[in-house]
Amino acid sequence: MQVRAESSSEALNCRKHLNADILLMHTRKHIVVIGGGVAGMESAIHLCDMGYEVTLVEKQDQLGGHVLKWDFLFPDHRPAYEITNELCPSVEEKANIKLQTEVKNIVKQNGHFEVALSDGEILTADALLVATGFDLFDAHKKEEYGYGIYDNVITAAELEERFQNKIPIRTAAGKKPARVGFVHCVGSRDEKVGNEYCSKVCCVTAVKQAMRVKESLPGCEVFCFYMDLRMFGRYFEDLYREAQEKWGVQFIRGRLSEAAEDIDHRIIVKVEDTLAGRPLRMAVDLLVLLTGFVPSEGTKRMAAMLNLPLGNDRFIKPSDEHLRRNLTPVPGVFVTGASSGPRSISESISDARAAALEIAAWFNHQTQHAVK
Amino acid sequence: MKIEGKRALWKDYQKAIADDHYFYVRSCVRQTFFPGAEKAFIEIMKNRLGKDLYEEPIHTTCTGIAYHSDIVPLETTMTVVARQFALMTETGYENLAVSCVTSFGVYSEVLETWHHFPETEEKTREMLWKATRREFKKPANVAHASDIIYKFRDQIAAQAVYPLINRETGKPLRVVEHIGCHYAKMFPHKGVGGAEYPYVLVGMIESWGGEVVDYPERRHCCGFGFRQYLIQANRGYTFSNTKKKFDSMAPYKPDMIITNCPGCPLFLDRGQYAIAELEGITYGENGYGIPVLTFEEVAGLVLGYDPWDLGLQFHQVAVEPLLDKMGIPYDPAMKYAGPGGKFIGSPELPETLKC
Repeated sequence: MQVRAESSSEALNCRKHLNADILLMHTRKHIVVIGGGVAGMESAIHLCDMGYEVTLVEKQDQLGGHVLKWDFLFPDHRPAYEITNELCPSVEEKANIKLQTEVKNIVKQNGHFEVALSDGEILTADALLVATGFDLFDAHKKEEYGYGIYDNVITAAELEERFQNKIPIRTAAGKKPARVGFVHCVGSRDEKVGNEYCSKVCCVTAVKQAMRVKESLPGCEVFCFYMDLRMFGRYFEDLYREAQEKWGVQFIRGRLSEAAEDIDHRIIVKVEDTLAGRPLRMAVDLLVLLTGFVPSEGTKRMAAMLNLPLGNDRFIKPSDEHLRRNLTPVPGVFVTGASSGPRSISESISDARAAALEIAAWFNHQTQHAVK
Repeated sequence: MKIEGKRALWKDYQKAIADDHYFYVRSCVRQTFFPGAEKAFIEIMKNRLGKDLYEEPIHTTCTGIAYHSDIVPLETTMTVVARQFALMTETGYENLAVSCVTSFGVYSEVLETWHHFPETEEKTREMLWKATRREFKKPANVAHASDIIYKFRDQIAAQAVYPLINRETGKPLRVVEHIGCHYAKMFPHKGVGGAEYPYVLVGMIESWGGEVVDYPERRHCCGFGFRQYLIQANRGYTFSNTKKKFDSMAPYKPDMIITNCPGCPLFLDRGQYAIAELEGITYGENGYGIPVLTFEEVAGLVLGYDPWDLGLQFHQVAVEPLLDKMGIPYDPAMKYAGPGGKFIGSPELPETLKC
């Protein structure tokens, strides 16, 4: 390879980059990551690896977020704890962790953020990364499905908890269910509850859980009531096929209009089977609601505190949906994970790494600007 | 069933109900089918609760049946509703008390339309002025008559002579509550308790000593459905819907059904005769039907009014088994007595349904 002679301007640029690197190394930037779920942890690890000082603030008493409550993951059925087992020790080793701590106030002054925490401490940060994620839709709001009223209506999160704690799948009365129904899109793609967006992961979660129910209770009939099956991820379609061919899960295209309880505490569901073109009424022993994503209380609070714009789905709106998905219009404030919309775990991991790089690029740009 | 789940939901669906000075608007059809119901409401409001309630003789239909049958356009309905409001304004009242559930839905729909599309209100005012030279103020409060009885349910309970308790067993009567579709299904926040688990009749049943029966087809239409019954060719739908409800509630062995709509008691009551004739099925005990009463009739029974003064002889399903359970005395000889106690003839009895 022929080495090209440096022009005077290239040499100048090169020196500026060198100066910037030296400056970066000597003034260690501090980033406060708000939210200790998968995205927050992964970003924090990568930012630490790039030489930044990171404080991770988590309101719960342990790191992990929603993944802690999942038993196993789609599409490969790997145990969910493998994710947290890898991320938690790494981030605990590299970053400053503040558990059971909430951000109470943020003030920007002199190019820094003064972050007041619930324990009284005030952190000075050069950048903030919002990773406050999502909450699950409150199934009580879908009144016609009777969650919180009928004994045998539960959410997918509650079913996952039973899987995780090795609790046998039983009705409220302790009987083996002969029929289990899964309802997709509960609180998603639903104008009536004000959530018109798709939560992305519910379809494949239902397929995953339906297969586990069949595996646990081979004689049990399992039905999935769906509008569309959005098997967008790699291997998801395989999972859907396996659910039908190997496990005999029955998929009925139609949205539930209502659920009611009969005298034996079974749940009577009404649905229009839109493929057969006829209304359907059937009794199930257990009805599982696939509740979608909504912005978490933390995400809503951070957006209000930092004056971040929201999309019409009420998640944080990044500066550019294609090119700057982790950047916000507020200089120094970044966003990652499900704070800016529903994401799977693997998408959150990728997004978290992208956020770390975006922050590093922003610091570099600032430093270069200062050197100029 | 977790009642605490329902109670949590009911908290989200409370509404303001005026406590006095009502302008009462009647139903078109109730006076024909169950004439004692509205009479009982006026009697209870004025003489038991001491309320001011005014009925303007020249008020008319709200057009509800015609509107829902596509016979009159919305603009006509809005103008007729505006005239009712004008009569209320002229007589100095501002709290509308509506007898009919469909009318309640129509008034609510018109007010919501005016709220969201103010130009329609302006147009309605113009049309009313041109047609009648009348002007109106919008009501300060719109309540269905069942909302008002719900509001005063505990005052009625305090005067109760015959609570909803089986006198022989001492147990609460098992009561099905049936809510008219137009009460809250269009505007859940305008109904006490919302649309999915309305509380308006449940509150009365609980207050008066009964036990509420919830059953899978509780939300289902009585069968009227306007287009189902008003179009003769569709009447099969009416009775298949009615039968669906009765098949669903039958395992719970209810003692009675309470309704808050003009059409529902008609179709649930007469429907039992039709089903008995068509299918040979009866749903009450010993070949009887399940008595279907309006909330005013039930309030009247609880307060000790004579069943025949309440017009219960107009019901197809015999109410005597219910009266016996509640321990209410009645004179069978007076069931079909006209003015002055003169016997005016009894109706022909059906073959299958015991009456």
